[in-house]
Amino acid sequence: MALLEIDNVRHSFGGLVAIDRVSFEVAPGQIKSVIGPNGAGKTTLFNIVCGLLRPESGSIRFGDRSITGFKPYQIARAGVSRTFQNPSLFLQMNVLENVMVGRHCRTRWEFLGCGVRWPGQPKEEAAIREAAQTQLEYVGLAHLAECPAGALAFGERRMVELARALATEPQLLLLDEPGSGLNTREKADLGRMIRRVRERGVTILLVEHDMTLVMDLSDAILVLHNGARIAEGTPSEIQNDDKVVRVYLGGEMNHVAAS
Amino acid sequence: MKPRLKPGLSFTLLAAALIVVPWILRWADMEYCLTQLTMSLYYAIVVLGLCLVMGYAGQVSLGHGAFFAIGGYTSAVLTTCDVSKWQTAAWLGWIKQSPFCMAREDLFGNPILTLSPWVAFFAAMALAFVVANLIGYPALRLRGHYLAMATLGFGMIVNKVILGTAFTGAADGINGVPEWNLGLGLTVSGKRALRIENYFIASGLLLLLLVLLHNLVRSRVGRALQAIHDRETAANAMGINTALYKLKAFVLSALMAAMAGVFLTHYTAGIGPSEAGALKSVRYVALAAAGGMSSLWGVTGMSTLLNYMSLRGLFGSYDNAVFGLLLIGIVSLAPEGPLKPLARLLRRFVGACRPPNAVGPDAARPDNGPARRASDQTQCLFP
Ligand SMILES: Nc1ncnc2c1ncn2[C@@H]1O[C@H](COP(=O)(O)OP(=O)(O)O)[C@@H](O)[C@H]1O
Ligand SMILES: [Mg+2]
Repeated sequence: MALLEIDNVRHSFGGLVAIDRVSFEVAPGQIKSVIGPNGAGKTTLFNIVCGLLRPESGSIRFGDRSITGFKPYQIARAGVSRTFQNPSLFLQMNVLENVMVGRHCRTRWEFLGCGVRWPGQPKEEAAIREAAQTQLEYVGLAHLAECPAGALAFGERRMVELARALATEPQLLLLDEPGSGLNTREKADLGRMIRRVRERGVTILLVEHDMTLVMDLSDAILVLHNGARIAEGTPSEIQNDDKVVRVYLGGEMNHVAAS
Repeated sequence: MKPRLKPGLSFTLLAAALIVVPWILRWADMEYCLTQLTMSLYYAIVVLGLCLVMGYAGQVSLGHGAFFAIGGYTSAVLTTCDVSKWQTAAWLGWIKQSPFCMAREDLFGNPILTLSPWVAFFAAMALAFVVANLIGYPALRLRGHYLAMATLGFGMIVNKVILGTAFTGAADGINGVPEWNLGLGLTVSGKRALRIENYFIASGLLLLLLVLLHNLVRSRVGRALQAIHDRETAANAMGINTALYKLKAFVLSALMAAMAGVFLTHYTAGIGPSEAGALKSVRYVALAAAGGMSSLWGVTGMSTLLNYMSLRGLFGSYDNAVFGLLLIGIVSLAPEGPLKPLARLLRRFVGACRPPNAVGPDAARPDNGPARRASDQTQCLFP
C-alpha cells in the first residue's frame, strides 16, 4: 500500500491554476522525485501535502488515513516533515535550538508544567537536547551547535534544516530543492545524506533541478508542467520520454551544458 | 558562549538585592520611597507579561492597561459593593454566613457586607481569562497585526465603559477598597505600618513570576513561541500549533496584568479610569521595548526603574510624553532596546583587556570571523 496517495488534487492562485488535478502515489521506502521547469507547481504541491495550502479539490491520504484539510502541525505530528526551498531557520536561535524545535511534536509538556518545572519536565528537556544533538551529529554539524543560526553559510543552513526535519521523526520527508545553491562537493555529500536517510526507513519526496542527482537517487520520477502531470516512471523511462525531453529535459540539459 | 551567571545564582542575587533595599532606604532615611517602589514592582508584572507576548510570541498587545483595569475594577467593585442591600434575596442568608463574605465598615463608618477579596480575586482572574480568550481567539488565528488592532479597540471600549458606568465610579473611580488578608499573616494594604511587609509581598510575587517565566522561555514552549515569532509558517510545519500557542501566551500575560491590577488596587485602596487609558497601554509597550522586549531581566529592571521615576514625579507634567518619546527613540534608534547594545559594548571593552583568544560569541566558531555574522540577527521590534 502506498504511504502517500495524492488523488486529483487541484489548487489555483486567483486565475492561475498552479496544480491541475494531479494524482500520484509514493510507496514506503521510496525516493520519489518531482521535476519540472520553474513555475511548474512543485513547491505548491509540497505546500499542499504539508498542509500550508488547502487543496480546492481532491484528497490526500497518508498511511491509512485522510489528511485532507489538516493543519500543518497536525500533518507534522502524523509523520510528514519538510525542508524549504529558501532555508527558513529560526534566526533568533542557535543551531541546536533550531533542531530542538523539531522535537516539539514528539514531546508534551505545556505552559504550566514548563513554568513550574514539574517532575519529569526537566528530564524531557534534557532528552530533547540530546536527540537534537544526535541529529546534528548525523548531518555532521555538531561543532556548530552553539552558533547563531544567522551566522551559518548557505549549505550549512540546508543541513541544519534537514536535521530539524529529521528531529520530528518523519515517515515521509519532503525536500524542496535541497541542492540549489550548493557547490559540487556539497551536492555529493547531500546525495549520500539522502541515501542514508532513506536507509533509516524514511520515505523521501524530492524536488531537485540537478538532473545528475535526481537520476542517481530516484526510484521513481514525476514530471510536472504548468501544474499538470505529464509523465511518471523510472529514471530511464523519464530520460527517454519524448514529451519530457521536449518540455523540460532538453532545456535543462542545454542549461546545464551552458553553465 | 557568552559568559553568564547560573540562573539559580542570578535569582538568589536578585532576591538578596530586593531584601536589602528596605534597610538601605531606612538607613538613608528615605523609607517613604518604598510606597512608589512597591507600586512599580506591581506595574513591572504587567510589563513582564507583555514581554512574553511581544518578545517571545511576537504579538503586539495594546490592551494591557485594560486587562489591568479589568482585574483592578472587578476586585474594587466586588469588595466595595454592599450586598446587604439585597435584603429580600433568598441566597443572602446563606452567603452572609459563608467565608465568601466579609462584614466591615465603609469609609464613613457605616456597617456593610461585601464579598471577600479572595472571591473578588478569583472573579477578576476568571473575567480576564474569558475576555482575553474572546479577543485573542479570532485575532490570533490569523497571521499579522490583528491582535494589536483588536486590543487597541478593546482598550478604548473598556475605558469608555468605565467612564460611563455608575458602579465603576465613572471619572472618580472607586475608593475604599479594603485591605486583602492573604493568609500566612500577610496583608496587602497601604497602611504605613505594613509598608515593608507590602514591599516584600510585591517583590516576592514579581520574583515568583520571573522564575516561572524564566523556566517557561527556556523550555520547549519558549522555543516554540520564539519560532512563531521568527517564522510562523516554518514553526507550524514543524509541528507547533501556532494559533493555540499565541493564544495561550496572550491569555497568560493578560492574567498577569489583571493580577497586578488586583494587588495594586488593594494596595492603594482604590483605582481610577486612567489605569484603563490607551496611554497606559502604550506606556507598557514602551517599557517592554526599553527592557529589550525578549529579555525578562531587562524588562523587569527597566520597567521598575522607569515606573518608579514616573511615580516619584521626576518627569513632571511631561510624564506621558516621556514614555512616548522613549518608544519612538527605541523603535528608530535601538530596535533591540538600549540594554543589549550597551552589554555588547561592555563585553567588547572587557574583551579588549583580555588576551585575544576566546573572545566574544564568535569563539564558538573558529573558522568564522565576526564579519560573517549576519545582520539579520538583530531583533525586529514589531514582527
Ligand atoms: N503565493 C502565491 N500566490 C500567487 N501565485 C503563486 C504563489 N505561489 C506560487 N504561485 C505561482 O504558482 C505557480 C507555481 O509555483 P511554484 O509551485 O512555486 O513552482 P515551482 O516550485 O515548480 O517552481 C507559479 O506560476 C507561481 O508564480
Ligand atoms: Mg519551487
